[in-house]
Amino acid sequence: MNFAAILPEIILTVGALVLMMVAAFLGRRASALCSWSAVALLLGATVALIGEPQNAGALFGGLIAADGFGAFGKLVVYLSAAVAIIMAQSWFERDFEHAAEYPVLILLAVVGMSVMVSATNLMSLYVGLELNSLASYVLAAYRRTDERSAEAGLKYFVLGSLASGILLYGISLLYGFTGTTQFEGVAAAFARDGATSVGLLFGLVFTLAGMAFKISAVPFHMWTPDVYEGAPTPVTAFFASAPKVAAVLLVVRLSLDALGPAIDGWRQIMTFAALASIFLGAIAAYGQNNIKRLLAYSSINNVGFALIGLVAGGVAGASSVLFYMTVYVVMTLGAFLCVQRMKSEAGEPVEGIDSLAGLSQTRPGLAAAFAIFMFSLAGIPPLFGFWPKLMVFNAAVAEGLYPLAVAGIIGTVIGAFYYLKIIKAMYMDAPGEPYAKSGSGLETAFIALAAIAVSPLGYLLIGPLGHLTNNAAGSLF
Amino acid sequence: MTGIPTLSFLVLFPLVAGIIALFLSANGARWLALLTTLISLALGIALWAAYDPNGAQWQFVEHYGIGGGIAWAMGIDGIALMLIMLTLFLMPICIGASWRAIEKRVPEYMAAFLLMQSLMIGVFCAQDLLLFYIFFEGGLIPMYLIIGIWGGAERIKASYKFFLYTLAGSVLMLIAMLAMIFTSGTSSIPDLMAYDFAPSLQWWLWLAFFASFAVKMPMWPVHTWLPDAHVQAPTAGSVILAGVLLKMGGYGFIRFSLPMFPEASAQFVPFVFVLSGIAVVVTSLIALVQHDMKKLIAYSSVAHMAFVTFGLFAFNRQGIEGALIVMLSHGLVSGALFLCVGVIYDRLHTREIARYGGLSDNMPMYALLFMLFTMASVGLPGTSGFVGEFLSLVGTYEVSSWAAIVATTGIILGAAYMLYLYWRICYGTQRNADAAAMKDLSVRELWLLAPIAAGVLWMGVYPESFLRPMRADVGRLLERVERAKPQGDAHFTAGKPAPTQAHSTTEAH
Repeated sequence: MNFAAILPEIILTVGALVLMMVAAFLGRRASALCSWSAVALLLGATVALIGEPQNAGALFGGLIAADGFGAFGKLVVYLSAAVAIIMAQSWFERDFEHAAEYPVLILLAVVGMSVMVSATNLMSLYVGLELNSLASYVLAAYRRTDERSAEAGLKYFVLGSLASGILLYGISLLYGFTGTTQFEGVAAAFARDGATSVGLLFGLVFTLAGMAFKISAVPFHMWTPDVYEGAPTPVTAFFASAPKVAAVLLVVRLSLDALGPAIDGWRQIMTFAALASIFLGAIAAYGQNNIKRLLAYSSINNVGFALIGLVAGGVAGASSVLFYMTVYVVMTLGAFLCVQRMKSEAGEPVEGIDSLAGLSQTRPGLAAAFAIFMFSLAGIPPLFGFWPKLMVFNAAVAEGLYPLAVAGIIGTVIGAFYYLKIIKAMYMDAPGEPYAKSGSGLETAFIALAAIAVSPLGYLLIGPLGHLTNNAAGSLF
Repeated sequence: MTGIPTLSFLVLFPLVAGIIALFLSANGARWLALLTTLISLALGIALWAAYDPNGAQWQFVEHYGIGGGIAWAMGIDGIALMLIMLTLFLMPICIGASWRAIEKRVPEYMAAFLLMQSLMIGVFCAQDLLLFYIFFEGGLIPMYLIIGIWGGAERIKASYKFFLYTLAGSVLMLIAMLAMIFTSGTSSIPDLMAYDFAPSLQWWLWLAFFASFAVKMPMWPVHTWLPDAHVQAPTAGSVILAGVLLKMGGYGFIRFSLPMFPEASAQFVPFVFVLSGIAVVVTSLIALVQHDMKKLIAYSSVAHMAFVTFGLFAFNRQGIEGALIVMLSHGLVSGALFLCVGVIYDRLHTREIARYGGLSDNMPMYALLFMLFTMASVGLPGTSGFVGEFLSLVGTYEVSSWAAIVATTGIILGAAYMLYLYWRICYGTQRNADAAAMKDLSVRELWLLAPIAAGVLWMGVYPESFLRPMRADVGRLLERVERAKPQGDAHFTAGKPAPTQAHSTTEAH
């Protein structure tokens, strides 16, 4: 038993359980304590990612693997979860509900994600996914007195359970036809029987369909706008960042590892999911006036681009997906931090895009940061959001998938339209009612940091970040 | 060459100044922008002086690796040098033109212009394919804001149209670039200019690049964003749009399409000529019926840019040099014409031609300068317009006499719409009291127009100053495309010797 290799998970699990007790006994008074302890635990777990044990390879009879890929995923997940916890503090400040359980739930979800990104067995995959999902359902409904939040939680739960069912059905088929739940074994069976076996093919389709729900890829995206809109903003920010990264990484490992020999089988499924997500995400966002719904469609759109890298496959493809998701997380967290600043004088959150009118004159700094995130999400150079898009297209071109690359890049033009809509509201419309001055200095620092990271200065990160993602992707093969 | 990263400085200096400008007062931002552009211009002149026309093809080369297949690679040849000079020359004029015309949100305006300058210089300096793309596309952001924030009544629509149209044109180029990098294994533009792609691949790559440059240029029928953008943009925005941004299309053809895909370029010559021919005739006729001054000049830009494509795809020295001079000349002349429109727009706040008339009476100085620029646009000998259009037509004639004939009608039509415009604005009776009461050029406005007038005359009388730095580069380009040069229909053939006269034969006997 190599416990050093799962030290991050141990830290988080024990920490979460202790904090749950603290929250239960101290109640509301413990909210600040719990939040900062959770942040400290996440940072501790991040530090624990450094070192040799994280390359230990297969653990616990091949249930999970400690490798570069998993470590990279955990790094991104831990840091974005920490930001989501810090964001929530000012959000729940004025709420009568106390916030002490919030960081505990996030920690539990993070443990689930840790298992997801390192799972090499269909069972551990499912357990990790469910641990993450269950915590997420509760988080979506966290403002239980708010109807929209409760609705979001319920919707997420019902649809999520359905997807889990589909996934389990797929897993059972794979198990039934291969006789193993190990990724290696499944891969061996695919290599032996190929995609000619109807049972295997069905198993593959159902498993990927269940996964598509978790990464909110079209056609399993329906829950996303409703849940993103209804959930409290910090929770939405969390959903759009850490779980998304973990799920996408899980899909990458599953597709390239367990289903690697069946690449021709899933390539067309993923191609469809990628293009449909890009186009639907871009077109459906057109009519939205709620900023959170719009960002939900933006996240659907972005997952589509990440999937292009997956379709390309290989080290270059996997590396481009990791790169894409990392930059995406920075942009999306930055955007949600800005959204959280949208509060009326009374302190009520405002979500209409109209309310952004003239923000560049009332709050120039906030508007500039928001504009940077929007242009970056749209992938317009010279902002850094352009580079990950370039990388996934590069991976596709290197595989000779020209139609996919061309279709995807046309999607960026359509998508650019709705990002421009936000910029137009902020910069070209006459100022409306100003927002209340709010938010902590730490959040402002995060916004500034994220804006600098996706500004042209971000190009300096290409070298180091590319090195990390290449190493991580290399450990898959 | 000198070891000092001059080009990087030219790119980064306005960027830094732009960021500083955001934090200044309106007047502070104005002065900072003016100083920045003037210092850049001085630096540009020093660059021109230091450039050795007989030296290496790429000078002032810089190269810093960033990793991940992109490098901060800078370097210029004579063609890029001239376009950089055009940009640097127009920038202080743009700032001056906005001195009084822009009153709201001045710091942001000046920052947008300085950012624009930085990106434009970057386009002409970039020696890495992806770096070029980043600068090329990055220019959309400041221009979108300039049109959208400080534009006219329909500014929102125009800004969207500008942004999405040009973006849609450009994205396919990115895929083509990735395919090129993947095939050749390098993203360095000088290396790619010497790389021979398979003709079948060239065909696709050429089309992808064409889509981008044709929109930027703009060529008929993808020019429709231009009139809207020009009409709605503030005066300085129009100047920079017509003066520099449109030149990026032509620059792209010279830098990428011709040397990298010579076979495909030759194959597409008829296609380009047909589009250019339609552009010349159709947009000239459209220009003839415009009521809006800016729209008229915008359509005339499309017609003039067709001379550039004619000349470039003629595959001979006259054509390419002519196209380059048309680009430089049009940058000066159309910029000046937009400034002329701006001058009277600032006084009367309308672009309706019918609201003016007889301005030569109350604004003689203005009428004189406007006349000069009108004549330059028409292509009167002695102005820059003539040199470029003449060379370009000579080059075109060698390849296709029909194309040359169609193109020449553009000169006639150009004279028609420009003179008609001039007549309606400066001559005739003064119908409107408010137009008749307008004051002549202020000192500031004179300072904006006079340098351009001097440039136009200089280029018209002694174009050698501008051709000399580019000559060697045009020669290299010709060498490169020689193998694919299309068979023209006009040839120099040695005439048959005249038959010996009758009386001489008798004498022999």
